[in-house]
Amino acid sequence: MDADLIVQILFAAIKTGTPLLLIALGEVICEKSGVLNLGQEGMMLMGAVVGFIAAYATGNAGLGVLGAMLMGSFMSLIFAVLVLQLGANQVATGLALTIFGTGLSAFVGSDFVGNTVQGFQPIAIPVLSSIPYLGDILFKHDILVYLSFVLAVVIAYVANKTRVGLVLKAVGENPHAANAIGIKVLQVRYLAILFGGAMTGLAGAYMSLVYTPMWAENMTAGRGWIALALVVFASWRVGRIMLGAYLFGFASIMHLVLQGLGVNISSNLLAMMPYVATVIVMVIISADQFKEKLLAPRSLGKPFDPRNMA
Amino acid sequence: MMRIQARTEPSSLMKVASPLIAIVCTLLFGCILFSALNKNPFEALHVLLIAPLSDMYNVGEMLVKMGPLLLCAVGLSLCYRANMWNIGAEGQLLAGALGGSVVALTFIDSESVFVLPCALLAGIVSGMLWAAIPTFLKLRFNSNLILTTIMFNYIGLYLLIWAVNGPLRDPDGYGFPESALFSEAATLPTLFDGSRIHLGILFAILSAFIGWFVLTKTHLGFQIRVFGADEPAAKYAGFNSKKLSWFVMLFSGALAGLAGVSEVTGPIGQLVPNVSPGYGYSAIIVAYLGRLHPLGAIVAAIFLAVLYMGGDLAQIQMGIPVAVVGMFQGVLLFFLLACDFFIRNRLIFNKQATH
Repeated sequence: MDADLIVQILFAAIKTGTPLLLIALGEVICEKSGVLNLGQEGMMLMGAVVGFIAAYATGNAGLGVLGAMLMGSFMSLIFAVLVLQLGANQVATGLALTIFGTGLSAFVGSDFVGNTVQGFQPIAIPVLSSIPYLGDILFKHDILVYLSFVLAVVIAYVANKTRVGLVLKAVGENPHAANAIGIKVLQVRYLAILFGGAMTGLAGAYMSLVYTPMWAENMTAGRGWIALALVVFASWRVGRIMLGAYLFGFASIMHLVLQGLGVNISSNLLAMMPYVATVIVMVIISADQFKEKLLAPRSLGKPFDPRNMA
Repeated sequence: MMRIQARTEPSSLMKVASPLIAIVCTLLFGCILFSALNKNPFEALHVLLIAPLSDMYNVGEMLVKMGPLLLCAVGLSLCYRANMWNIGAEGQLLAGALGGSVVALTFIDSESVFVLPCALLAGIVSGMLWAAIPTFLKLRFNSNLILTTIMFNYIGLYLLIWAVNGPLRDPDGYGFPESALFSEAATLPTLFDGSRIHLGILFAILSAFIGWFVLTKTHLGFQIRVFGADEPAAKYAGFNSKKLSWFVMLFSGALAGLAGVSEVTGPIGQLVPNVSPGYGYSAIIVAYLGRLHPLGAIVAAIFLAVLYMGGDLAQIQMGIPVAVVGMFQGVLLFFLLACDFFIRNRLIFNKQATH
């Protein structure tokens, strides 16, 4: 394999890993606050379709991104009200969100299938992009990929080094103790869920404005679910999510790599690879039960009712 | 003034009323949506809910769709009661369709009466196998069941697509991704002449009663119920959680597999890429709407099957995209979860402001 091909593969791995990274960055914040939102796939599809329609209608891809993020937040707000206000089961509510989003996005987008938009074009960053190899892999992407780099750094910093990160951790580890010292648990969880929704909406916009760029029913093909596995893979650590996202991105394009190498396997079998890889990763990561229990936010998935505190 | 107060005991009335209220709310939501789209809401609701039951042919088609929904939902009801979050009914259904098709196509020249039972058995075993892998991974390696079962849905789908494009493709089919039509001997008999209602619906109703019997009349079912209600108590009582997990998952996989093989040997008559319009996912809603009770699932499956039928009719008659069905399913589950709040809480109306 020559160097050019390796550079191309790594470039594509980053491109493919970016939507996973964006979702996982949002979801890890949500899960750190103790809430498991399984509605990623539905929110992502809604982000993709709204982003596409907004960009199509206005001719402005930036407005598409904004619309997608607002839509993602709105979707997560439905989830938040049910889970936080009404104490609904987080697993069931997340599934409902995915079913709802899948149906609604297909419904809303049915008139837009087959259209194209002017999405974001790649921008080579001066100086940095001329670094041999590294420049070609990292610095010839579109603006959303760069945004994902920045967001990863900012979110890692906020989660690990600031008071906001501590509050988040307190709420996720022990909401009763957090409540006792005056932290508004539900308020923190609302914000974490809405943030997660906006990030997933952004990932959806990336799919329909950069990655493909078009709208098709179910175009996210399970990426929302893979991103959820990615959060587990990264043991809820923001730093590891970035590495994990590109590894998963690489697994997703493995079939292209193998085909490029002339390996003669049916493309339908190769299309299974991201999902098989996800299962294998989950098995390896979770096999150590003790470790996982130690790392997962302790109140993850459990409702918190401030009325029970009195 | 009104305020919310926690009930001391969960309301058994609300437990039954909640799905009905949720359905009414979903219909109201539908009216608003259709009005906003400049479609006559009453006409739309008529097409969605009444027309599917208006003549015998449509009722038959409704029953054809109800079969796989009910089979999957009965299994899921038991899984969810035992806190096993199996989201993999769709993949298990597809595995069943694939496994059954392999047998049906292998013996395509045979007229033996054993072909059909063998195909059904192969479907059931394939569904069980597809459920067994994530179960094993969970119990042995502690991997997240929700995510692995979802992944196996995708893996199953691509396996099926590969099969109909490769080894199982009809050699005389002009390259279409479809298998050959199954022989008469590998086809489920229809119950009435001139309709597509087949034995599958009887399997489904039978499975609901078996599920009900297991859940309410056996020690195993008792353990499942205790496990769902209070896991620490169940463990304290020494119930074998691994055995329970295996049972509910294999039971669920078997039923989903049977649903899949009943589709290909029944109304479809061959293996095609789109065996299921998401029955395995919709079954999650059926299970919840039926209160995780196998007999409740019968009623819920009828409702969802009507909605599926109505979606087809609404597309043909009113030009409403068929995706509206998926959206309504999500909305229905939202309303159901919201209404369930009032099982544990109640609204209190006071004339004076409360302190």
